[in-house]
Amino acid sequence: MNFKHKYVFLFPGLFVLIGILIFPIIFTIRLSLSGWNSYTPEMNFIGITNYIRLFTDDPRFWESFFRLSFLSVTTVILQYIIGFALALIVWREIKFKRFFRVIFLIPMMTTPVIMTVIWRTFFHESLGPVNDLLGNLGVEPILWLSDPVIAKFTVIIVEVWQWTPFMFLLLLAGLLSLPKEPFLAAAIDGASSFRKFVYVTFPLMAPISIGAIIIRLIEASKIMDTVFVLTSGGPGTATETSSFYIYIKGLREFQMGYAATLSFTYLVIMIISLTIIAKVLTKLMIKE
Amino acid sequence: MEKLYKFLKYTFIILWTVFIVAPFLWAISTSFKDFQSVNSKVTYIPWLDFEPTLEGWRVLVKSPARGGVDIVEPYFNSLFVTCTASLISIVLGTLAAYALSRFTFKAGFVRNNDITFFFISQRIMPPIVLSIPFFIFLSTIGLLDSLIGLVVVYIVLLMPIAVWIMVDFFNRVPKELDETALIDGCNPYQAFYKVVLPNSIPGLIVAGMFCIIFGWIDFFFAFILTFTEVQLLPVKVVALNSSITPWWSLSASALISVAPLIIVAFVVERYLSKGNLSGALK
Repeated sequence: MNFKHKYVFLFPGLFVLIGILIFPIIFTIRLSLSGWNSYTPEMNFIGITNYIRLFTDDPRFWESFFRLSFLSVTTVILQYIIGFALALIVWREIKFKRFFRVIFLIPMMTTPVIMTVIWRTFFHESLGPVNDLLGNLGVEPILWLSDPVIAKFTVIIVEVWQWTPFMFLLLLAGLLSLPKEPFLAAAIDGASSFRKFVYVTFPLMAPISIGAIIIRLIEASKIMDTVFVLTSGGPGTATETSSFYIYIKGLREFQMGYAATLSFTYLVIMIISLTIIAKVLTKLMIKE
Repeated sequence: MEKLYKFLKYTFIILWTVFIVAPFLWAISTSFKDFQSVNSKVTYIPWLDFEPTLEGWRVLVKSPARGGVDIVEPYFNSLFVTCTASLISIVLGTLAAYALSRFTFKAGFVRNNDITFFFISQRIMPPIVLSIPFFIFLSTIGLLDSLIGLVVVYIVLLMPIAVWIMVDFFNRVPKELDETALIDGCNPYQAFYKVVLPNSIPGLIVAGMFCIIFGWIDFFFAFILTFTEVQLLPVKVVALNSSITPWWSLSASALISVAPLIIVAFVVERYLSKGNLSGALK
């Protein structure tokens, strides 16, 4: 089975994707070499001036990048631990298994921005239920959205709520597709549940875990919607992530050229760091 | 020991369930409140804590001229963009996935895996990186603030998902299936259409659901690339948030916007329990 038929299958999709993407990518690179802003909205050529500015004179971008790394790594670790625990629990027979499975899946079906609108009222510092219930227990009102440190954790809570289900789904689907024999063998040997998990389940799940973590890291690195609605990057720049900073530079201050520089640099950093993370995780989790 | 473990297990899933359900319960309760019961003190239970009204829900169907929030049009816009983009992505993505799973491609150093990776890697692209050029691109060809423009952009978001799920799925469909069909005198297209496709329904459903989820929940592109002519649901609800915030109509519109996809959770669970999903998602 060969001939030219294979191209008929592949090319429509490939060319549509390339066709849509080629312009934005080339345009971004070209734009990053220009000084396009609201005073001179034109495609002039200023060489690598923007890149020099980024690498020597823009601590705010690098701060936002490290903040993003902190937020996405923390949320993904939490999602992995909680998601794995939930998947293990509903993998085996328990009461109301299917009910719990549905419940655990629901948050990922809801629109993040819209849920964040609800979360904003939920964490409202004087009219929200969280501070009210805590107040009944005698806890001082917590500044969920206006304290620079706590606001980060509020973002993490919302992200964990939103995306643990995705991790849960990938891990549960993986657990359900595992072969039965290793577990039977372990049962015959009389291994305890804990030993079974360490020596059988976890190693078998390693490839699936890596896949799930990488997918989630990719998606988490795009955190934007939540921050946008919940805190707008504030208080100050306490929850500002790279995407949000680029958004401010590009579409609020209209420094298009500089924003393109940021975008392109950010994209390159993302691709490199995700590749490294994938390699490291594979080394750590799959032992020969 | 066994008892303690069981106790911890149930405590954990019950606490997690409460955490998941809490914002929904709060939103449902808030949607029936009026000014007094939102702003005086925090209230929870209708009739006990406050007198419920239907005002929050009534605004949704009123015309904007009479102080209503027109949510019907954004609803259909969202539905149209999501479904069209998902459909195109699934058709093109499935064809490409089939090609990548069954044939070998060689072009210089590029192999099948590299092409698959190219498709999937588009998900790495942060929306913000694409949105500025798309903004200029779409305004040049006059598709800014239009449904078609959004569909074009959403295809980039969704096709990688379709390819990712379908390549894995087709790799699991035995090759003998198409080979038998070819021996029986089908041409490759007939083999694909008449034999492989009908055996791939579970994969197609999973891919379709994922496309619909990720299309429906997108906010950023809709926010950047549309203004007044076309409004999608998430943008509309967030716009409500930034104005004076009547929490009751905000909650009601939020609830009605997230409701349709919750059905998807039931469908996913069904496939999970039948074991069809495990193959499609690994």
